[in-house]
Amino acid sequence: MTTTILPDEKGHFGTYGGRYVPETLMQAILELEKEYEKAKVDPAFQNELNDLLRDYVGRETPLYYAKNLTKYAGGGKIYLKREDLNHTGAHKINNSLGQALLTKRMGKSKVVAETGAGQHGVATATACALLNLECVIFMGEEDILRQQLNVFRMEILGAKVISVKSGSATLKDAVNEALRYWVSNVEDTHYILGSAMGPHPFPKIVRDFQSVIGQETKKQFIKKEAKLPEAIVACIGGGSNAIGMFYPFLEDREVKLYGVEAAGLGLHSEKHAASLAKGKPGILHGAYMYLLQNEDGQIQEAHSISAGLDYPGIGPEHCYLHDIERVKYDAITDDEALEALQVLSKTEGIIPALESAHAISYAIKLAKEMEPTEHIVVCLSGRGDKDMEAVRSKIGGVKA
Amino acid sequence: MNRIEKVFQTMKKEGKKAFVPYVMAGDGGLTSLKEKLVFLQEAGATAIEIGIPFSDPVADGPVIQEAGIRALNTDVTLKEIVECMREIRPIIHIPLIFMTYMNPLLAYGLERFSRDIQTSGIDGLIIPDLPIEEEEIITSYLDEVKIELIRLVTLQSPIERIAEITKRGKGFVYAVTVNGITGTRAQFASQLSSHLEKIKSISPLPVLAGFGISTPEHVEEILQYCDGVIVGSKIIELMEAGNNEQIRTLINATKLPIA
Repeated sequence: MTTTILPDEKGHFGTYGGRYVPETLMQAILELEKEYEKAKVDPAFQNELNDLLRDYVGRETPLYYAKNLTKYAGGGKIYLKREDLNHTGAHKINNSLGQALLTKRMGKSKVVAETGAGQHGVATATACALLNLECVIFMGEEDILRQQLNVFRMEILGAKVISVKSGSATLKDAVNEALRYWVSNVEDTHYILGSAMGPHPFPKIVRDFQSVIGQETKKQFIKKEAKLPEAIVACIGGGSNAIGMFYPFLEDREVKLYGVEAAGLGLHSEKHAASLAKGKPGILHGAYMYLLQNEDGQIQEAHSISAGLDYPGIGPEHCYLHDIERVKYDAITDDEALEALQVLSKTEGIIPALESAHAISYAIKLAKEMEPTEHIVVCLSGRGDKDMEAVRSKIGGVKA
Repeated sequence: MNRIEKVFQTMKKEGKKAFVPYVMAGDGGLTSLKEKLVFLQEAGATAIEIGIPFSDPVADGPVIQEAGIRALNTDVTLKEIVECMREIRPIIHIPLIFMTYMNPLLAYGLERFSRDIQTSGIDGLIIPDLPIEEEEIITSYLDEVKIELIRLVTLQSPIERIAEITKRGKGFVYAVTVNGITGTRAQFASQLSSHLEKIKSISPLPVLAGFGISTPEHVEEILQYCDGVIVGSKIIELMEAGNNEQIRTLINATKLPIA
C-alpha cells in the first residue's frame, strides 16, 4: 500500500485534492509548500513545536480506558484518546501552533482563519497571542449565535472576529470570506486553515501536524494492551482529527478505521452534512473532493447540530481512503449524538463536544458487535463546554 | 480563426484599445441577457464577458456575489444559459467569453460543456479557480473545439511564471490589477504601471487589465500600459441603476487619445 507517500508532488490523493485557487494565491501556496518541506526536516523547528506541544498544550494526552462506557455498551473495550484535555479544549491547537510557527518562519506578521464551532478560531487566536501575530477570524453569523462563548474567548485573546452573513452563514461561508481576505492581504498574511482540506499543501500540513494524535495513541495502546486496537473511530467534518488519528495506522491493515459524518436530521432528509454518503466529487475551496451539491454544481447547505461538522465537503485524503475502502465512513444523527453526549457525561463524567459525540455514538454501536477481548479507540476530539447552551436548548435543563 | 484572435488583430492594426464589460447571466432573468448584450455591443464593447452564477465565488467581491445570488434565486441553470446563448448569438458579432468557476462545469461534464458552448457560439473561457498547475483537466476538450482558455496573471506572479502563463495563453492575457477580489476601487497600487509594462514586454498575447477598474480616469490611466480593460462590478452597478449613459462614457474612455 502506498497511502503514506500521498499526496503526490502536485497535491493529489488519487484524483482528489489539487490546487484550484485564484492565481493571486498560487505564489503564497508554493512558498508555503517550500517552507513547510524545509521546516519538516529542520530539527530547530521540530524541537520548538515539540516543546510547545509538551509544555504549553499539555501533550501527550491520556489514552483512557472507559470502563463504565464499555459496560454500558456491552461488548468490546472502549478507549478514549483525550484530545479534549489539550490546552483550549480540542485537537485544533496541534495544527494552529504548527502553522503559527510556520507563519513566523515565512516572515509574515498576520494570520487569518475560519472557524465553525469556534474551536479552531480559539486555538488560532491562542497561538497568535503566544507568538505575537495579528489575528483575524471569520465566523458564520449562524455559528456566532450557536457559539457565543467561543467568540468572546477569541476576542479576549486579542483576535478580531468578523461575522459572515453570506450563504448559509456557517463554516463554508467563513472559508469563502477567509479566502477572499487572504487574496487581498496575501503579502503579509498567512491563512491558518483549520481542517485537512483546502488547496495543497494544506491537507498534508494539517494531517502532519495532527498525526501526533495517532502516533501517541499507537505507542500508548501497545504499552497498555501489547497489541494494536481492532478498531478506531473518529468524527469528520473537514476531517482533521480523523486523519491525524488514522494516518499512523493506515499501513496496519488489521486495524479497522471508522470515520463518522454528521447525519443531521437523517440521511433521508435534506438536512445533513454527510458529504461522502450523499455527495459527489467536485471542486470547492481549492480542492477536488466529495461535495453536497445540486445537479447544476451549486453547493448545498450542510446541516448538523454540531457547528464543527457543518460543512458540505470532506478533506481530499478521506475521499481517497473512502474510494480505496481503507476507511469505512458512516453517519450519526443529531439525536444520536445528543444521546451519546449525555451517556458519556453520566457514565464517565466526561462531557464531549457535540462533534466528538458523533464518534462516541458510533463506537457504542460498534462495541456491541465486538467481543470483550477486542478494543476500540475513539478520538475524543474536544470537550463539550462550548456546546452547553445548544444542548440545553434541545434537551432542556432543571426547571426553577 | 477564433473571433477573439481576429478582433485583436483588427484592433492592433487600427491602433485601438479594447473594452470588455462583464454581465452576470440570469441576473434580472435570462430574458434580459439578450437586451444587455445588444446594448453593450451597440455601445462599442470589444467583447463581452458573461458570468455564470456560482454559489461560492471566492474570487469575487460583493457586487458580483450579489448579482450571482440574484441570478441563482431565479433558478437559472448552466444548461439554460448555454441554450440562451445559442439563441442570442446570431445577432451578436463580437466575441463572447464565459467566466465561471470549476464546479458548475464539472457537474455539466467538461467534454460536453466544451462542445455545447462551441456550438452556442462562445469563443473563450475564464476560470478564476483554475491555475496552470491544474488546467490539464480541461484544456484538451477546449483545444478540440477551439475555445480559448484565457489565463490570468497577477501582481503576485513572478516573472518566470508570467512568461509561462502568457506562453500557454490563448486569446489575451487577463492581468489582475490588484491583490484582491473583484469590485470597484478608488485607486491602484503605485507599482501597477510597471507591473503592466512588465507583462506587456513578456506577453506574446494582448494584455487586458481587470479588477477594480471603475471610472473613465482609471480606464485612461491603465490603457497607457496595456491593450484593453475589463470592467465587471461597475458595469453591474450601472446596469442595476439603469445608468446606460455612464456605461457609454466608460466605453468611450478607451477611444480618447492616449496622453
